[in-house]
Amino acid sequence: MPSNKSVSDAPISQFTNCWILREHALQREDLWVREGKILDPEKLFFDEQGYADQQVDCEASIIAPGFIDVQINGGYGVDFSQPSEDVTAGVSLVAKKILEHGVTSFCPTLVTSPPAVYHKVLPQIKVHNGGPHGAGVLGFHLEGPFISLEKKGAHPERYLRTFRSGGIEDLMEAYGSLDNVAMVTLAPELPRTQSVVRELCQRGITVSLGHSVANLSQAEDAVQHGASFITHLFNAMLPFHHRDPGIVGLLTSDQIPGGRTVFYGMIADGIHTNPAALRIAHRAHPSGLVLVTDGITAMGLPPGHHTLGQQVIEIQGLHAYVAGTKTLSGSIATMDMCVQHFKQASGCSVEEALEAASLHPAQLLGISHKKGSLDYGADADLVLLDDALNIRATYISGEEVWRKQA
Amino acid sequence: MKLIILNDYEQASEWAAKYIRNKILHFKPGPNKFFTLGLPTGSTPLGCYKKLIEYYKNGEISFEFVKTFNMDEYVGLPRDHPESYHSFMWNNFFKHIDIRAENTHILDGNAADLQAECRSFEEKIAEAGGIELFVGGIGPDGHIAFNEPGSSLVSRTRVKTLAKDTIMANARFFDGKLSKVPTMALTVGVGTVMDAKEVLILITGAHKAFALYKAIEEGVNHMWTVSAFQQHPQTVFVCDEDATLELRVKTVKYFKGMMHVHNRLVETPPSQQK
Repeated sequence: MPSNKSVSDAPISQFTNCWILREHALQREDLWVREGKILDPEKLFFDEQGYADQQVDCEASIIAPGFIDVQINGGYGVDFSQPSEDVTAGVSLVAKKILEHGVTSFCPTLVTSPPAVYHKVLPQIKVHNGGPHGAGVLGFHLEGPFISLEKKGAHPERYLRTFRSGGIEDLMEAYGSLDNVAMVTLAPELPRTQSVVRELCQRGITVSLGHSVANLSQAEDAVQHGASFITHLFNAMLPFHHRDPGIVGLLTSDQIPGGRTVFYGMIADGIHTNPAALRIAHRAHPSGLVLVTDGITAMGLPPGHHTLGQQVIEIQGLHAYVAGTKTLSGSIATMDMCVQHFKQASGCSVEEALEAASLHPAQLLGISHKKGSLDYGADADLVLLDDALNIRATYISGEEVWRKQA
Repeated sequence: MKLIILNDYEQASEWAAKYIRNKILHFKPGPNKFFTLGLPTGSTPLGCYKKLIEYYKNGEISFEFVKTFNMDEYVGLPRDHPESYHSFMWNNFFKHIDIRAENTHILDGNAADLQAECRSFEEKIAEAGGIELFVGGIGPDGHIAFNEPGSSLVSRTRVKTLAKDTIMANARFFDGKLSKVPTMALTVGVGTVMDAKEVLILITGAHKAFALYKAIEEGVNHMWTVSAFQQHPQTVFVCDEDATLELRVKTVKYFKGMMHVHNRLVETPPSQQK
């Protein structure tokens, strides 16, 4: 008779012998879970006179909210932007594999593609919860095609677009549907961006600024219209200049509407962002830092040569080169590595490092009431870590979905 | 009456905790024989609770067959307010031990009918067979539970209006705003505690020294409600050196001379020795 049947007769788990991340601090508390949600044990005790059915000894692990990756292009040989008849299989494979890196939900990210790709890929993947089958999908992150020619990076130039008719019509023409889209990265200096930003925000879609040559006032204008994220800060934008700090200047802007936070993505793999630049961003605006992997097809593959699409990639450590060259072909660091590297490089606390991969992305997406925190009522998406922040186990909705083999 | 004098707060807390542990062990509680324990809140008993939790975690005692009755609770304060005595008991004791929720009893300061709540609390104590050991602390004005100066020494569980001093002292827990401090509480009466088979009162700190003096060296007086326990057949006062500052040298010497006898009460029972 674990609990008052009038409330729920679902079994209750009590995670003991752990440090839980709550209210920005690691606390020596037990964590209680029922029906996939985090339970208030005091209410359980006094209101229901209930207790736990099962105790889970966490062996002095840290328990943090499951990691959320809002920018991941693929991995394990899968490229989400490759049109195929079975996109689901590719997304599922990555979703399953990233569990071991502590990621419990993510935004599959598509780089600039022709409309045909969006029309084919987007309808195949719906927003869904995670589980033993893999991390949950929070919606697509569409990075492009409404971006700057000068800062296109690796995005194919021929598919770049502008807002011609001045509104959502352009988006619909390119993407076909916005139904399962969580975030759109665009360049705010493109004409007629304002109404697009407003329209997207009204639909609950996060607008991110990136692949852009915007100056600070253009960036601020976009934020005032609702944009709330910066895609891989420092990468694919104007470099910081003291008379026009550009998009980077948003980190310390005084034009951000009250109560709002501008978040920014950081690829903290030690390669794509110099540690000094990482520290500048973190010290200027710690509460906005969101760790992203920006992982590419080669993420998660073992060292050596891999043929991916038309390219041969050579993996050496954390570097993925175009084979035979020293040209970086993208990020292959996993989220757990990024958390560790961010902590080591910035000198931040364990709490800050973990929140940059959990709380901040959840706040960014407006889902912090259910993801990214261990508050009562939130989803019991958990990651158990040792003191060095290596992943020991991953849970989704209170269910163990991955555990490191002893 | 026994007066136990220890060097400091830590030692006093440990002595009290060991005393409670031994009482429970000697009682040999079981499914048909619950040990009934009266419990206080406040800063004084915190050290004692910490020790009891330690004994539980070491496997020395279990609270599976213990029923607890708390002394008091504010009226009108939400149960999950951090200053409520429900929150206090959960955070400082219950969540760390193996007690069952149905065996804990705390007055409900949000009950629709407060008088009925108080009556039913007394009935629950009676149904449980009375209280085996009531643990308490006192205020600097000598109050036990919320039995403020002037309370009847034969009082039962009831609604009490708090003294101005108590409200002012409590303001620090409510953002320093007097308007936020509850002005009423439900409390067991002096008579309720007097009915317990045994009473243990913790008194530490120089600011409680005058109250301890009033409690044991002057006569029974309703202006110092704790003095009522002079007429209780089994009372133990556990205090630190600071709390004895207002006592006569003779009193302190006498009870210190008894310590070698009293310390036997807290020795680890043979059954627990490893």
